[in-house]
Amino acid sequence: MTTGRDRSMTTRRLDRILAGHSALVYLFFYLPLAVLVFFSFNDSRFANRWEGFTLDWYRAIPKDQALMNSVKNSLIIALESTAVATVLGTMAALSLERYKKWLGKRTFDALLYLPVIIPDVTMAVMLLIFFTQINQALGLTTIILSHIAFNISFVAIVVRARVSNLDPSLEEAASDLYASRWKSFRKVTLPLILPGVLGGALLALTLSLDDVVITSFVQGPGATPLAVEVFARIKRGVTPIINAVSTLMLVASILLILGSLLIQRRQGSATRGG
Amino acid sequence: MKRRLPDPVEAVEVTPDLERRAERAERWRGFRLAVPAYVYLIVLFAVPLVLVGVYSFASRSRTGQPLLHDWNLDSVKRLADSAFLQIAWRSILLALLTTIICLVVAYPFSYYIATRSERTRNVLLVFVMIPFWSNFLVRTYAWKVLLGADGIFTRIGEALGLWGQLLFTMPAVLIGLIYGFLPFMVLPLYASIERLDWSLVEAARDLYATGPKAFRRVTLPLSRPGIIAGSILVFIPSLGAYVTPDILGGAKTTLLGNYIVNQFLAARNWPLGSSISMAIMIVMLLATVLYFRSGGRTL
Repeated sequence: MTTGRDRSMTTRRLDRILAGHSALVYLFFYLPLAVLVFFSFNDSRFANRWEGFTLDWYRAIPKDQALMNSVKNSLIIALESTAVATVLGTMAALSLERYKKWLGKRTFDALLYLPVIIPDVTMAVMLLIFFTQINQALGLTTIILSHIAFNISFVAIVVRARVSNLDPSLEEAASDLYASRWKSFRKVTLPLILPGVLGGALLALTLSLDDVVITSFVQGPGATPLAVEVFARIKRGVTPIINAVSTLMLVASILLILGSLLIQRRQGSATRGG
Repeated sequence: MKRRLPDPVEAVEVTPDLERRAERAERWRGFRLAVPAYVYLIVLFAVPLVLVGVYSFASRSRTGQPLLHDWNLDSVKRLADSAFLQIAWRSILLALLTTIICLVVAYPFSYYIATRSERTRNVLLVFVMIPFWSNFLVRTYAWKVLLGADGIFTRIGEALGLWGQLLFTMPAVLIGLIYGFLPFMVLPLYASIERLDWSLVEAARDLYATGPKAFRRVTLPLSRPGIIAGSILVFIPSLGAYVTPDILGGAKTTLLGNYIVNQFLAARNWPLGSSISMAIMIVMLLATVLYFRSGGRTL
């Protein structure tokens, strides 16, 4: 039988073990990234031996035509697919959360979940076969269409979480005060769900920029985006310029995360129960 | 005598008919709002999905062109080939191993974060979100740098006399998968442990349950939804992984994902690639349905 004092002593010891374990996990998360960033400043053509500090690899990026072209492609694909997916996904989320059972609602709900559950490779295969079957030439268009197809679901999931927390009486109050449907949406609903919509859009942007598998299936000549270009070069070997590009991609991801966290911090004030 | 207050909406009599019509209009509006996404997903998801199913039964011309008339079960039968079964078995084992290691590493880690004060918790969580959201390709590449012939990890292993160059071997793929998917295990686990009703654990302790026993009988069952959600989120992408084995693995580490990609981009056997994709998808849908049946709500 244990006494209270024994209990608090074992708790404290357990706590210390857990803290040590967690420190190791954080080390596991960050050490590889730190090494990558460190070697991007390395003045050597070989990626793994430190020869002194340089910014040459970063200077080489703008001169690399293929790389710059892929960045341009990535931005076009990410922005266009995110814009469409955010609108469609938000509408889907509102329809599922705010309206009573309409015909086919459950089927739609399932269809909306599938692209999230299905493995990348399967979705890539599906879309390649589809575009070939309808004789659509592979290129920027097919990449954008594919990215919208998987991003609608992710946006809808994020926005739904926000809509389900919303107090419906606010919208009712607006219509009691004779606001038109569109006006009560624009003035009441939209501002309230905006953090969810922006969060969903940021997720869509990230997923679009990161995707390799689906994009490599549906891309055509001249339409290669950054992630696929980097993937092809990584397969050829470890080079310092890839380290530099990777570091910049990492910085971009971190800025996106911090942005989405800031948006989330602003929410909560208008939701039911915080 | 009680005075009856006048009913403010007496002017408009609410008949059942009017109510029904309003409800129908409401449903119609809900449907209309979903139409764009609905149509989009039918055309660019449901139809392609059916097409993959159809292709599984198609045959293939000598040039690798899929033929959509000579229907047969050849590609489906090839799923029973020993060469394919070996790859499937290897992928399943590797995905299971990844899931188990992630669970064992992530549980105490998530438990630690979830039991901190709110302020510390939020800071610790941000540092989990960063790897979670960071570019997967870049994170995998980082391990290629570490595990190569000249890599730091390799040099440490050689200095200790424990391991040599791991790049292009199975352990390298395993490390890459764990590194890639660990955050997917941490977040759902954290969410379910953080929601836990601690008074139940205290009650168990007050009833003289030992620490380990209270954990096994109370904490662990209560965090089950997180365990299941995390396991699915790690197992599914590990089983279909393509990027990680392609970068960190070698010729002897072909997994299901690479095998499918090869059928499409190199071997040009679309019917075989389709039937394997369908098989993987069915396995994963079953896993997900089981998850929802077992009481899970969200992924």
